[in-house]
Amino acid sequence: MKLEGRKIFKGKAEGQALVSKEAISFYGGVDPETGIVVERGHPLEGKSIAGKILVFPQGKGSTVGSYAIYRLAKNGKAPKAIINRQCETIVAVGAIISEIPCVDHIEIEKIKNGMQVKVDADKGVVEF
Amino acid sequence: MHLTKEEEKMLSGKQGNAVKKSMEILVALGEIYGAKKLIDVSSVQIAGVSYHNLGDAGLDYLAELAKDGKARVLTTLNPAGMDLQDWKKLGINEEFAEKQRKVINAFRKMNVIVTCTCTPYLIGNLPRYGQHIAWSESSAVCFANSVIGARTNREGGPSSIASALTGKTPEYGLHLEENRQAQVLVKVKAKIDSVPKFGALGKVIGEKIKNKIPLIEGIENANMEELKSLCASIATFGGTALFHIKGITPNKTIKPKESIEVTNTEIDEAISKLSDAEEIDFVGIGCPHASIYEIKKIAEMLEGKKTKKDFWICTARQTKELADKMGYTDIIEGAGAKIAADTCMAVAPIKGRYKGMITDSAKACYYAAGHNNFKTRIRSLKECVEEAIK
Repeated sequence: MKLEGRKIFKGKAEGQALVSKEAISFYGGVDPETGIVVERGHPLEGKSIAGKILVFPQGKGSTVGSYAIYRLAKNGKAPKAIINRQCETIVAVGAIISEIPCVDHIEIEKIKNGMQVKVDADKGVVEF
Repeated sequence: MHLTKEEEKMLSGKQGNAVKKSMEILVALGEIYGAKKLIDVSSVQIAGVSYHNLGDAGLDYLAELAKDGKARVLTTLNPAGMDLQDWKKLGINEEFAEKQRKVINAFRKMNVIVTCTCTPYLIGNLPRYGQHIAWSESSAVCFANSVIGARTNREGGPSSIASALTGKTPEYGLHLEENRQAQVLVKVKAKIDSVPKFGALGKVIGEKIKNKIPLIEGIENANMEELKSLCASIATFGGTALFHIKGITPNKTIKPKESIEVTNTEIDEAISKLSDAEEIDFVGIGCPHASIYEIKKIAEMLEGKKTKKDFWICTARQTKELADKMGYTDIIEGAGAKIAADTCMAVAPIKGRYKGMITDSAKACYYAAGHNNFKTRIRSLKECVEEAIK
């Protein structure tokens, strides 16, 4: 299946999807050293986002979250690509400064956990 | 989004890497939020200055930008993680201090004025009514939009730096008149007459309306200190970046149909929710940064007294220098309290250092509980000082 959306930051990536139905807070919600989601009660709590194609509706929380994404990237614990329903400032800026391929306006409900997913952010396209 | 020839050049990298990266951020945000073009800004306030929040990666990012990036407009900084001159008295370690100095030096290299305060409007970064600016720091954003009538979206650290290095921001959101109109009428039926009560009001309204724009009725009077407390709290507990108060704030607005009430009971409940500490071992004033008037009042109350608990008064360096000149610093530090310039209790690395904090700030309670694992109690400035010497 091929889903069409919008480029937020360029690049291509392929990998396993990790899907969250809820928004993610990168400052305080994800450990920048390990890439593990630590927000209490979050559907991804205890799971690592490192090297995954991370699929979630949008970011939330403090705007320091953009730097937190950059920290993850520097530590080699960032996702390979980000797919959002509706990207907002925190995630968009985080993806740009960390150079992580990022697309939004994607029907994320169609992507299931563990699927092998291809992201072509230049074209704003997701395939699986 | 339409870009001018000059802006295309900036985006292409012809004016350096920092400008290129900055334009990528601004253009992406413009596309996300449907801006038609970029507009010039005259002032920038940058948040995300404490090494405690930035970490080494944030520091790397700033150092990278500082290689060829220079601020093109008046740009000031939020509080750092320590008093830049007198950090030892706050119990900050050498390693942290070294990293924090590197952060400040990166900003200095970018020609940013390293004020280190969340109240830039008190110390030389004061926009005028109607002016387009790009500020981060939610309390200052709310103050600039609501009390001054300047126009800014709620920027994050990196997007405000992008505006500093280009002098531009995408035209969307609160830069446009049609998006600055009140969406909900808030009828205040409670007596709001002190800094902690304005803080509690911000919590009640913020939690009810989230990020809608309120027109608040029923406030008879409000001084600058009370308004900065309301701005900090309504933005922290809700997310709104603009409010109107009938008879007090300068922006014109329509009167919305939807309306809610705030009662005395709700204000009391908010104060009691922010007051879960049984034991107090820390007094924290200056969230947002204390004004010279607040420091004067503290000095008058502490004269000839001795504090028995750790007591920080957080403020801007310039305000502290005025306090030095007036002899307030000698009185306050002679009594055993500390004036902490350039920093504050929300961004300094003091997690777990204290059990219970008393403060006059609702925002400080939020960060003390969430970031630092302190219990809190919110009271008037006078009661906070009395607790310090008890």
